[in-house]
Amino acid sequence: MATKRTIEVELSTSGLDREGRPQRVPIVTSGGAAVALEAPPSLEPDLGGEHMLINIGPQHPATHGVLRLVLELDGETVVRCIPHVGYLHCGFEKIGEYRQYNQIIPWTDREDYLNCIGNNIAFSLGAERLFGIEITPRCTVLRVMAMELSRIASHLVWMGTTGIDIGAYTPFLWSFQERENIYNLLEGWFGARLTTSGSRVGGMAADIPDKWLEGLNGFLYSFPKTLDECDRMLTRNAIWVGRTIGLGVMGPEEALNYGLSGPMVRASGVAYDVRRDFPYLDYETYDFEVPVGNQGDVYDRYLVRMEEMRQSVRILEQAVKRLPDGPVNVDDPRVILPPKHKATSEMESMIHHFKNVMEGPRPPIGETYVAVEAPKGEKGYYFVSDGTSKPARWRIRPPSFVNLSAIPKMVEGHLLSDVIAINASIDIVMGEIDR
Amino acid sequence: MTTGFTIYHPEGDQPSTPKRVPHRGGAANPSATTVAARFPGAVLRSIVGWGETTLFVAADQLHDVVQWLHDEPSECYDYLSDVTAVEYRDLSQPMEVVWHLRSVKYRRFLRLKVQLAKDAPLAVPSVWDIYKGADWLERETFDMFGITFTGHPDLRRILLWESFTEGHPLRKDFPLRGRFSRSQQLTNALAAAPESRYSMEELSIADAFEDLPLDMRARLAGGDRTGE
Repeated sequence: MATKRTIEVELSTSGLDREGRPQRVPIVTSGGAAVALEAPPSLEPDLGGEHMLINIGPQHPATHGVLRLVLELDGETVVRCIPHVGYLHCGFEKIGEYRQYNQIIPWTDREDYLNCIGNNIAFSLGAERLFGIEITPRCTVLRVMAMELSRIASHLVWMGTTGIDIGAYTPFLWSFQERENIYNLLEGWFGARLTTSGSRVGGMAADIPDKWLEGLNGFLYSFPKTLDECDRMLTRNAIWVGRTIGLGVMGPEEALNYGLSGPMVRASGVAYDVRRDFPYLDYETYDFEVPVGNQGDVYDRYLVRMEEMRQSVRILEQAVKRLPDGPVNVDDPRVILPPKHKATSEMESMIHHFKNVMEGPRPPIGETYVAVEAPKGEKGYYFVSDGTSKPARWRIRPPSFVNLSAIPKMVEGHLLSDVIAINASIDIVMGEIDR
Repeated sequence: MTTGFTIYHPEGDQPSTPKRVPHRGGAANPSATTVAARFPGAVLRSIVGWGETTLFVAADQLHDVVQWLHDEPSECYDYLSDVTAVEYRDLSQPMEVVWHLRSVKYRRFLRLKVQLAKDAPLAVPSVWDIYKGADWLERETFDMFGITFTGHPDLRRILLWESFTEGHPLRKDFPLRGRFSRSQQLTNALAAAPESRYSMEELSIADAFEDLPLDMRARLAGGDRTGE
């Protein structure tokens, strides 16, 4: 079995040297120590230090959804930031208390809508622990494939939209082209591009179709090239570097204390990845690395996400090689429906089908919290079962919600234009924050 | 030039995916015994289900227990995953507030619970001073269940708007479709116009609240922030 390592590279830079290599240089130095620039005499009238209150959002393209930020500005510097969320609140958790376990899966599509299949699978993992089901080896590998494809798709949207926020338009087109390829694959598998509803308690909605793996191999061949092109466009781009270095810095203890997870906490130098530290789906048997930043700024978050996409490609390549034959769904009549032709021709199977659909399977009394490493961070589902076919409580632990709660801390003292870059670096999805 | 910080690594062996986790029984988290030994009488009950340890803690000692779990180097619960609450369909059962703690360093997971009787005020201590990440999670629990977290610096609704008066949606006595008809809900929502209002703490006059004329204070306290 391959061992897990954590790569520690010098991820952060603040400028470019003559050869075009990024490096971290203070603007003014005197014997190694940074010195404050003396402000030039101002020609503007002194406004008496009055603070200004401005609204960004809830309908603003740079807030990535219906997020409203109330900013108190001193000149152009942010003194205070008060975020307002909840514009998309639909009460998913309430609705879940009125649905059977398999009926909740379509709702999980609609929270973090950039990671639909990942949410479906995370939900199924939690429900399966409640029911005491061990999924088949083929299903385990298929789920890993779906989750890693979903991670790449989500990170691509992040890279594209963040690029637009900061002023780079081309990577957006390239990344969305590759994202289309992923959605073509998901469409071939589940019949839907975005809202896949692709997993079930005890298995998947469908096995992969014939020749699907060839399509995946084609993607795995072409995607790293696109990623390298985006890398060349951004990583050493002076504008990109200048707009992202040193912004929204969070130290490791601070990041943990604020509950950050995913690329946010790893960019801050905490090697915490649910796939490795609390593994599921046999992730510990894959050979992949957990990238960790050492500055905790927006640029590090960008580098961590780029590296994560490369590691996802590695995981996908290993998964293709090890995909075993066999059934996808478990052989467990409590949760799995009989084949359609039997349900329409045999009385017993019809009763079985009817009872499973109308009454729903009943897990034992108890509770469980299952977390997975979603593209945004630690995504948890907490189930409380009272022995009926519907959960007494279904709780989503949304990574974006907790990550966003640190934004007042991150934007404090930065310029107004940097708020956009910092907000983009959190990679929020409002559907998941508001639920 | 490196101004980076030390990389924070988990310790111990690489764990593997749990298989065939029993519904009841199994190995308990070692912290269950140490907490019980350190705080005699604080742990009312301890159960292990599906490999997860749940400690039922007395409400008045919860803050001390969490503080100790966070500070004690041999425990090092440095990460607060989640704060939420549970109300059962059997309304005679007490409400439960749930904290999911993780030790990233030692790769441990612990669930703390406080049971709240329905006839007493629903209040638990806030852990915001220990974990800053508890800020929004506690606000959400307050919003959805009406549980007060004493010591939270800014406990107001988060997902619903401040002037929402229908109650707390995740309580079992709250109807699935809300308390009003769809058209009435739309009318209410439009009348609420949350973008036209600033909350008290966003207003520059918040500091001078005590100096304002009485009628203005009453208007502001009643939720009128439009300044009209």
